Amino acid sequence: MSDKATLPRWIDIGLLPLINLIFAISISAAVVLIIGENPIEVAGILIYGALGYEEGIGYTLYYATNFLFTGLAVAVAFHAGLFNIGGEGQAYLGGLGAALVCLNFPNLHWAIIIPMAIIATAFFGALWAFIPAYLRAKRGSHEVITTIMFNLIAGSLMSYLLIYILSPEGTNQPLTDRFTPNSNIPKMHDMLSWFGIEFESSPLNMSFFLALLCAFGMWVLIWRTRFGYAVRTQGFSPSAATYAGISSAKVIIITMCISGALAGMLAVNESVAVAERLIIEFAGGFGFVGIAVALMGRNHPVGIVLASILFGILYQGGADLAFEIPTISKEMIVLIQGLIILFMGALEYMFKPVMLNVYHTLASGQSDTSVGEAS
Amino acid sequence: MKKTLKLVMAAAITMTASYAVAEIKPAMIYDMGGKFDKSFNESAYEGVKAFTADTGIAVREFEVTAEAQREQALRKFAKDGFSPIAVTGFTFGTALEVVAAEFPDTQFTIVDGFVDMPNVQYVSFTEHEGSYLVGYLAAQKSDTKKVSFIGGMVFPVIQKFECGYIQGAKAGGATDVFSNMVGTSHADAWGNPTKAAELAKSQFSRGADIVFAAAGGSGLGAIQAAKDEGKLAIGVDSNQNHIIPGTVLTSMVKRVDNAVSESFSTAMSDSWTAGQKIMGITEGGISWALDDNNKALISSELQATMDALQAKIVAGDINVHNTDTDGVCPFI
Repeated sequence: MSDKATLPRWIDIGLLPLINLIFAISISAAVVLIIGENPIEVAGILIYGALGYEEGIGYTLYYATNFLFTGLAVAVAFHAGLFNIGGEGQAYLGGLGAALVCLNFPNLHWAIIIPMAIIATAFFGALWAFIPAYLRAKRGSHEVITTIMFNLIAGSLMSYLLIYILSPEGTNQPLTDRFTPNSNIPKMHDMLSWFGIEFESSPLNMSFFLALLCAFGMWVLIWRTRFGYAVRTQGFSPSAATYAGISSAKVIIITMCISGALAGMLAVNESVAVAERLIIEFAGGFGFVGIAVALMGRNHPVGIVLASILFGILYQGGADLAFEIPTISKEMIVLIQGLIILFMGALEYMFKPVMLNVYHTLASGQSDTSVGEAS
Repeated sequence: MKKTLKLVMAAAITMTASYAVAEIKPAMIYDMGGKFDKSFNESAYEGVKAFTADTGIAVREFEVTAEAQREQALRKFAKDGFSPIAVTGFTFGTALEVVAAEFPDTQFTIVDGFVDMPNVQYVSFTEHEGSYLVGYLAAQKSDTKKVSFIGGMVFPVIQKFECGYIQGAKAGGATDVFSNMVGTSHADAWGNPTKAAELAKSQFSRGADIVFAAAGGSGLGAIQAAKDEGKLAIGVDSNQNHIIPGTVLTSMVKRVDNAVSESFSTAMSDSWTAGQKIMGITEGGISWALDDNNKALISSELQATMDALQAKIVAGDINVHNTDTDGVCPFI
């Protein structure tokens, strides 16, 4: 009934990632044992730290917001066969857009300035992705090389701007003035208090919903529009796309700009909502982790939401772990995160052959006895 | 009688001891570079280790890995009753302003930051003056009268180093001061000795014969390159003279470790004070290192010149420009 190379969807997107996750966690547990701590206690602290109390949940979802934006950015490009690893730089430039709006129009009403700031982050992120996209579409320069180089250029450009141009008069600190209070995006604990619900203070804010909206938007775009069809065709086979009359240059440029815009919106969460100012290096590696999030989420919005929350748990639970157990250092947390990325991303198909064998043995056994038409 | 006297004395000693030494629960939060950055944060870690070795009091530590963790970590330690809480880097400023207001009874110390609050001690080093001194020394020692600077990245503290060095080198008779940066972000600035070595070699090929690297762990590459090409290098932060004796001319020592351990020990003896604490040449916070490893490189006349120069800076006869005040270096 099904050919030998495929597995049912529930195994492919449910069971296989779960097996990978269990392997990653087991190896992490072994490392925890080696340094002389109790892995069950460590896991308990990690999970309690991330999900056990309101502040922890707030931080977990706040990190998840960042991963959602950058994960979606990588995934959108991936559907067109493009590997955008410039999310870091695009997010950084997104912050510039936010700062320009929030610092130059301090008197606008919040209902105007917040959408303007969001559009500005997306626009500047898209702009930064446009140049590599143009070079890829028209000159064939590989986007892996150009986007990663653009991260470095973004770093230099933003350092220059923050130190020489945007830093407040009379100081020499690489950050801008505080943004206007009008552009403050409401925090979750403030919003819940409007309804009389007490929630511990955390950086979680409305941009989480913006990120979820973007995830839904991405699903609509890729699977429910004509353009999305063109994107997927380009991703599967550029020559087939050309044959079908799809302009691959157009698809590449537009997809990369959407990807850059999503990465740029990281600044909505980090700069506009939480820091309320532009700080040097605020993107802090979230752009790169987005690659792992997209890989783990199999470039599907639902997968990316789940992967983002998992990474949020690792970030927040990991921070609590470092607080509670002094022998668990920052490097230890990175190791655990690294193992999960390794198993879920790089080795995602390691268990697939085994799984195929097991599944088809079981399936053919079943159909032999029932119908007897296994071929 | 004698026995009782002894007992009374012993009791008196223990009592005074417990009076003078307050119980403290210190905590230390490191910046993004992490406590093993071979530079600023590691120097703070040295201070923590020294304090623990002296007093036996453990210091709780945390290394931030994301911007949002600054406030989270400060609040968490303050809530758990830690005090003093020391942090490294001005980047903690915004978070500290918030948390210090929430916990007015907790003592906070920020190294290299500016937070003027009644329960915050902010420590500033006069790196520009120390860099002026080593710049002058480099120019005096240089045969080509060309010296060079390698910074970690364009960054306020590094600009302070760079500008002081250039001013000192020009005052010491240098005709050219080449300056390059290793990286563009914290991720690639402080731990990249290969890049620093390349930059140093390129500066040597342009005629420089002494390089000052203020780039954390990357600086080790510049020191190695100087040895390979028979030139001289100047170390930074800790006394690096011992790394390659005969190649390291001197080190611009910045005692972040003292700032941290003093914050804890003064809290114990109840002499911790809020407000600005300047660690300059007179306070022993900044110095150019002279020890057995580099004695052979510094003639007695040169040492006398340097001592006189240092006295002039301390007396205020030489005004070394501090880029923290205006963000501009007039000597570039």
